[in-house]
Amino acid sequence: MSEIITVNLKIWRQEGPEKSGCFEEYTQKITTEASFLEMIDLLNEDLNNQGLEPVAIESDCREGICGTCGVMINGQAHGPRKATTTCQLHMREFSDGDEIVIEPFRAISFPVIRDLVVDRSPFDQIIESGGYISVNTGAASDANLTPVPKEAADQAFDAAACIGCGACVAACPNSAAQLFTSAKLAHMASLPQGQPERWKRTETMVETMEEFFGSCTNHGECHEACPKEINLDFIAFMNRDYMKAKVKNRALSGQR
Amino acid sequence: MTQTTSERYRVKPIRDRRREWPFPLNLYQTAVGRKWVMAVTGIGLLGFVLIHMIGNLHVYEGPAKMHEYAESLKNLGSGILPRSLILWLLRLSLMVMFGLHLHSAITLKEMSRKSSLNASFQSGEKKYEGGREYIAASYASRTMRWTGPIIALFLIYHLADMTWGWWLGNEFVPGDPYHNLYSSLSRIPVAIFYVIANMALAWHIFHGAWSMFQSLGINNPKYNHLRRGFAASFAGLILLGNLSFPIMTQANLIDEEERLCQVSIGDTDEILACLTKQLEDH
Amino acid sequence: MATNSKTVLDSRVPSGPLEQKWENHKFSMNLVNPNNKRKFDVIVVGTGLAGASAAASLGELGYKVKAFTFHDSPRRAHSIAAQGGINAAKNYKNDGDSVYRLFYDTIKGGDYRSREANVHRLAEVSTNIIDQATAQGVPFAREYGGLLDNRSFGGAQVSRTFYARGQTGQQLLLGAYSAMMRQVASGNVELHTRAELLDVVTKDGQACGIVTRDLISGEVIAHSAHAVVLATGGYGNVYFLSTNAMMSNVTAAWRAHRRGAFFANPCYTQIHPTCIPASDDFQSKLTLMSESLRNDGRIWVPEAFDDSRPAHEIPENERDYYLETRYPAFGNLVPRDVASRNAKNVVDQGHGVGPLKNGVYLDFSAAVGRDGHDAISAKYGNLFDMYESITGENPYEVPMRIYPAIHYTMGGVWVDYNLMTTIPGLYAIGEANFSDHGANRLGASALMQGLADGYFVLPYTIGDGLADQLGEPAVSTDDPVFTDAVSAIEDETAKWLSINGTRSVDYFHRELGRLVWDHIGMSRNKEGLEKAVSEIGALKEEFYNDVRVLGSADTLNLSLEKAGRVSDFFELAELMAHDALERKESCGGHFREEHQTIEGEAQRDDDNFAHVAAWEWNGKDALQTRHVEKLDFENVTPTQRSYK
Ligand SMILES: Cc1cc2nc3c(=O)[nH]c(=O)nc-3n(C[C@H](O)[C@H](O)[C@H](O)COP(=O)(O)OP(=O)(O)OC[C@H]3O[C@@H](n4cnc5c(N)ncnc54)[C@H](O)[C@@H]3O)c2cc1C
Ligand code: HEM
Ligand code: SF4
Ligand code: FES
Repeated sequence: MSEIITVNLKIWRQEGPEKSGCFEEYTQKITTEASFLEMIDLLNEDLNNQGLEPVAIESDCREGICGTCGVMINGQAHGPRKATTTCQLHMREFSDGDEIVIEPFRAISFPVIRDLVVDRSPFDQIIESGGYISVNTGAASDANLTPVPKEAADQAFDAAACIGCGACVAACPNSAAQLFTSAKLAHMASLPQGQPERWKRTETMVETMEEFFGSCTNHGECHEACPKEINLDFIAFMNRDYMKAKVKNRALSGQR
Repeated sequence: MTQTTSERYRVKPIRDRRREWPFPLNLYQTAVGRKWVMAVTGIGLLGFVLIHMIGNLHVYEGPAKMHEYAESLKNLGSGILPRSLILWLLRLSLMVMFGLHLHSAITLKEMSRKSSLNASFQSGEKKYEGGREYIAASYASRTMRWTGPIIALFLIYHLADMTWGWWLGNEFVPGDPYHNLYSSLSRIPVAIFYVIANMALAWHIFHGAWSMFQSLGINNPKYNHLRRGFAASFAGLILLGNLSFPIMTQANLIDEEERLCQVSIGDTDEILACLTKQLEDH
Repeated sequence: MATNSKTVLDSRVPSGPLEQKWENHKFSMNLVNPNNKRKFDVIVVGTGLAGASAAASLGELGYKVKAFTFHDSPRRAHSIAAQGGINAAKNYKNDGDSVYRLFYDTIKGGDYRSREANVHRLAEVSTNIIDQATAQGVPFAREYGGLLDNRSFGGAQVSRTFYARGQTGQQLLLGAYSAMMRQVASGNVELHTRAELLDVVTKDGQACGIVTRDLISGEVIAHSAHAVVLATGGYGNVYFLSTNAMMSNVTAAWRAHRRGAFFANPCYTQIHPTCIPASDDFQSKLTLMSESLRNDGRIWVPEAFDDSRPAHEIPENERDYYLETRYPAFGNLVPRDVASRNAKNVVDQGHGVGPLKNGVYLDFSAAVGRDGHDAISAKYGNLFDMYESITGENPYEVPMRIYPAIHYTMGGVWVDYNLMTTIPGLYAIGEANFSDHGANRLGASALMQGLADGYFVLPYTIGDGLADQLGEPAVSTDDPVFTDAVSAIEDETAKWLSINGTRSVDYFHRELGRLVWDHIGMSRNKEGLEKAVSEIGALKEEFYNDVRVLGSADTLNLSLEKAGRVSDFFELAELMAHDALERKESCGGHFREEHQTIEGEAQRDDDNFAHVAAWEWNGKDALQTRHVEKLDFENVTPTQRSYK
């Protein structure tokens, strides 16, 4: 059951985007029942009481769905537990006396805003470049008019489960965003609704992605870091669709 | 595209979208396309490595057969075309493939390096203070950028050694590959270099022959599980075949004691004539 | 502190038969010609389901939209966390569902405290939402034939809930978000992230813009528009511990309230019975476990007081399956509020389980015995995993521990049939308005309401208000109304940094939450509410004098952001207490101990309280005025709920 442990924290502190940062060390006593973020909450409470500025770290839903949280914990995106976001990580995973190094997600296109908070808005730019199905409000036909094979719907869901946390980029030695981008593409390409714009979307999203991120070498680290265990197969689908998009006579196949 | 996310919240791209070249050159302008080129050239190179290895197995049939094999390569298509033309075309395409493979490897690596630089935390590769425990990335996948150049260096050496005979000096007999191979690999340092390079090659293939499926988008749950096995066996096969040459040489299983056409230094034509005659006698 | 007024609010519900009101109204509203739409600036604050769907739809229509969120991306809005599903009167199951039935269920579920016309409209457009979302690529669950699947949810007697595994809210939000991003790409929507609304600006009584603070640079900025829409979610976090996200707050709604928008029914808050109980004193938030668990789990507590034996050592005859005994017909499936109150009772009486004695058991051993481990795992596998990852206990072996927690707030900014607040030009949609759920919301209806407002109601009704303003430019941000508002906000920010007291913002938030939970929580009484008023006031004073906010205003400063939000929560909490005091009846989520039936059920007082209470701000320390909007029930007859 629960026990009290003491952990030695080494946390990246950086005042602002233009400032240089460094690691600071802290120790924190905590029960193993607590979540990792609650441990940081407590640390921050103590810092505040001592007149020191709290560590900036973001979180919102704290149930692993919004994708706001996310830091590197001992060199692993979202920490040691598989398929778990930072907010769902509990101190049970650590033992008394452990050193825990906490750093922001690193990639040139995820600039640090402060301490552990980074700007992941390039993901929004990737979506903006084509991560949608163009249907104006009110223009939709009855939902059951287009049957979707259950398998396709399930696969679309598997891909759509991505929470946009950025762990894949953080974990990738190349800072590539293939897993994120391919998940969104696969979500839409699996559904009949996504077909008309399929090739156009693949092209623009991949090319926007490449304006910000590195080139994939198929290491597979992203999948290991991904709290939603998004499948590497989607990356292969994206690569294939991209080449098809370039080669296809879209007008004749009735697609953009 | 109008960009209307308020500027203050917009991270700037680190690279611009350049003016598009005409199809199909534009494929090479994007990383995904370049990876595709890399995979395709990789396949070409895999084919070369495999055929090269199998061809070299003729060495176990003795100098005459080895000579015949070398001749047959030169004679490819020679009924209609000038002798050696096909061989040269093959060599040329190999060179192009090599060039593209290399160029894309270097440029993509540069792209990833740039994407990983972090204003406040620079150190060449992307690193984390908390160490980086790789979970999925294999040693092979992370060393592609080292095994690749080792192979390239070796290749140049290999060509210089066996094809142009720079180091064999007088020992080099154009047209008698058996002899050249023996003379080269019987020197310990060369044998060691050969072994290392081929291990690097196998290592490279171990990741490459799996990775190329992903890059090409050849992915089907029905046979995905076979891809790893394919890559491993391919790498193993090449390793086994290629390593046999230095090992057999060092173990004296490839030697020149029993050869019928003795190599007398400097007299190339004589040896070749002897080898040809031996074949005809057979 | 409350004063009563006789003002009767005009809900502007159109006349005519219920089924035709919306049709007729759409026809009679003023339209804005397509070419003129681009002459209107519309600000949408909040990019959750309600905000994103509104911004997308308004952008498609051609309005010039500016969308604001304090999140780093629109996709983080708390709508993302909704698990269960979304209702729609599609009747795909052929089980007798209809627009009228959904309407009726919602009115009844809301304990007859909502507006008939609004609820009927909600039920009408519910079907369009499913069509729209499906066309956007929302991967709803499907049957093998490829058609959409439904389940029954939250005690409904028909299967009308559409779902996408346990992540319905996420998938719907991603749909609305992508629709909005399409408008961003095409230039119709300008997106402002990490921008927190801190004031609503009015000129001559008309909303003309907002003031935001850039959370990274600290800059306070004015934005003007012809109309402002608030879609900023609910205020459940006034309780500190709730199932809401950490950043959810009342600030936007409250600042609008202070500028003259009436705030309705603040005391209507909903408790969700199946959350994981707090495990320690510094617990930061509570996690909801899907209600569907009650279909197979049996709820019990030990009969003995303070029983510390592990569950498996407590023999069957020493267990109290209190819901099954008290409500033989519905058993463990009684509505949320009933299940919650009963859990509170047994825990208060000393039967609580777990290390902190703050939960009740939800036991699956019978179900596992009956259906087998695999069947249960197929149904609830991911929920069980989630439970285990949070508590470290395996629910296949040890019964789950659950306890009620605040989940949704029915109260909010008062709006008329057009979704306009009492400030002309200011609209409120989604959970931020006082909504169509009356005193209690049915499961899977919040997503429906947010999207109905954003996709299908506001885009029509906003035109009606804008049509009059054609040709008038938006008020310049150099106008004194803006510059004054900006400097007031700058002063406020500076004030927080200058107090330099001894305690953190979180400390005060937690203490406030305790007070609100204890006195304005699951059950309320006069004495407790009066106590709440005085204690909240005292704590508020302490907060203003003793809070310590470090750092500066020109970098990302999370405690500074929070200070403003918590100060609004203080004022809201006081109003909740007053509202609860004044509502001398029990209804839905508002349970006054003085008003219960002999069986301990909520007892409504339709003669005196069949109305909406909407509060008017009269200045910082002044009393607020309570206005009422009478609720007329022309189509359904209020009855007493009974689940015996
Ligand atoms: C755990 C959980 C599960 C739920 N499950 C269900 C379910 O199964 N079915 C169902 O129907 N309902 C469910 N609900 C309820 C439902 O999810 C919400 O009521 C609904 O999503 C609210 O949507 P919204 O758009 O009004 O607000 P939100 O999604 O909360 O969005 C608020 C937006 O406003 C922005 N914002 C807030 N304040 C400011 C400010 N001051 N300045 C700038 N921006 C601001 C935020 O950034 C955000 O974008 C659930 C709720 C919770 C908490
Ligand atoms: C005959 C020799 C070679 C063979 C058979 C070969 C084969 C391959 C194959 C099949 C791939 C996989 C392509 C993909 O993932 O799409 C690959 C990748 C790679 N090759 Fe080679 N290659 C050879 C020589 C070289 C050389 C000389 C270099 C020099 C730099 C090199 C560098 C790389 C790199 C860096 C990769 C990794 C690319 C990535 O995954 O992004 N290779 N190689
Ligand atoms: S693919 Fe996985 S790791 Fe990457 S953003 Fe999505 S959820 Fe996060
Ligand atoms: S805080 Fe939402 S995923 Fe962690």
